[in-house]
Amino acid sequence: MSQYTADEMMTVAAARQLRDGTACFVGIGLPSTAANLARATHAPELVLIYESGCLGAKPDRLPLSIGDGVLADTADAVIPVPEVFNYWLQPGRIDVGFLGAAQLDRYGNINTTVIGGDYTDPKVRLPGAGGAPEIAASCGEVVVIVRQSRRTFTERVDFVTSVGYGAGPGDRARLGLRGGGPRTVITDLGILEADPDSCELTLTRLHPGVTVERAREATGWPLAVAQDLSTVEPPTAEELAVLRALEATMRAAA
Amino acid sequence: MAKLVSLADGVAELVRDGDTVALEGFTHLIPFAAGHEIIRQERRDLTLVRMTPDVVYDQLIGAGCARRLVFSWGGNPGVGSLHRFRDAVQNSWPVPLELEEHSHAGMANRYVAGASGLPFAVLRGYTGTDLPRHTTNIRSIDCPFTGETLTAVPALNPDVTVVHAQRADRAGNVQMWGITGVQKEAVLAARRSLVTVEEIVDELTPVPGQVVLPGWAVTAVAHVPGGAHPSYAQGYSVRDNAFYVAWDEISRDRDTFQQWIERHVRKAEAKA
Repeated sequence: MSQYTADEMMTVAAARQLRDGTACFVGIGLPSTAANLARATHAPELVLIYESGCLGAKPDRLPLSIGDGVLADTADAVIPVPEVFNYWLQPGRIDVGFLGAAQLDRYGNINTTVIGGDYTDPKVRLPGAGGAPEIAASCGEVVVIVRQSRRTFTERVDFVTSVGYGAGPGDRARLGLRGGGPRTVITDLGILEADPDSCELTLTRLHPGVTVERAREATGWPLAVAQDLSTVEPPTAEELAVLRALEATMRAAA
Repeated sequence: MAKLVSLADGVAELVRDGDTVALEGFTHLIPFAAGHEIIRQERRDLTLVRMTPDVVYDQLIGAGCARRLVFSWGGNPGVGSLHRFRDAVQNSWPVPLELEEHSHAGMANRYVAGASGLPFAVLRGYTGTDLPRHTTNIRSIDCPFTGETLTAVPALNPDVTVVHAQRADRAGNVQMWGITGVQKEAVLAARRSLVTVEEIVDELTPVPGQVVLPGWAVTAVAHVPGGAHPSYAQGYSVRDNAFYVAWDEISRDRDTFQQWIERHVRKAEAKA
């Protein structure tokens, strides 16, 4: 078996989550890498949508930003940004939204706005919402990709930028959020899935070599663990080769 | 018909202290040169508007031009955080920066309402988030037909919108293509507009996916080749990614930032 890093395992696990032929709203960074890995391996018909207005982008290298020219050059259509949100996201045409997080709670609520202090005088000012609140609201389902640590996996998020399951079961319906919410969270330690009844993120799979204890230590709330906890298949040689080739394209372009 | 002007004259005439100013672009066609001219002319107390304030807004904020920022995502695209923006929010340096924070969907719709001559826009958005608790410009509204509760955001009508485009003809008709973001809406929503272009041509040859802004809908056009650098202009230049990466280091420290602005902006000549 070849050697691989925890980040590579996370990216491969996230890529496997994307089914061929679905439409996926992609942010830059880990989501973009994972989505392009999926497209280059098991999901050649995966439709990548970037919020800059590129529908069906087929980049042959990893884009440097969501507005990279390679996305426009290879897209089925380049549309104005208001249409991205009004015609494509809002009516529920997009199957999967792929998000990152600076903080995440057990119900998959996401903070990318401020950490510590209060809103007007924060300890850390983060970039903010971008497209995430409406992606979290309207996509068929949301996949979150984020490294797991107590700093990130918090009992309460300091600011709700994007809603997961709110305070628990029934909240999405009460709020009128029409998408399915954060079904899956992929981390460098394993995979958490929202429990269908409690909506609580539950550890269902661990990456090879990771223990439940370690996942618990990296979680700021008492982590629910599935009874039938299983182990994620390690990256295949092909997955690793394609992933590394993709990442090399980004270094070359940069 | 849009006037053809120099960048310095265009900014002097169209961007005034205290104005609400949008320099739009979605990592492509960012009007950097115009932003630098605003810094050189020492505009103050601006309300800066932008969906994705990036490095040029970091520069304007760090140079003390802005009093307020209306935005939905502030970062160095593909690199990380904006240190001048963070310093202004966290430490009020060089001056306090007031924020009005939205989501992309909200901002895009605010421009659409502004361009449409409507007082507000309706969307499914923000529900359940903490944004409406801090941004009073996010309200709810009941649909008069179905009774469903939706979100309303007010129109954005900047005093002036500045964008960069690939080219214009001598009558000031503007042509842009590739990722054109929200630039058309931002120009049409504004009271005045300034467009910097890579090239002035006799005739605009059609390009697939183009957006054309008729000269009579634009106030002024300035010929500024390379005016989007370090971002890019599709068909003319590629993104100078090394600069975006370098900006992280330059902007981290107040002194390094000020030296950079002094040398590369304040003491530099306008590009055109």
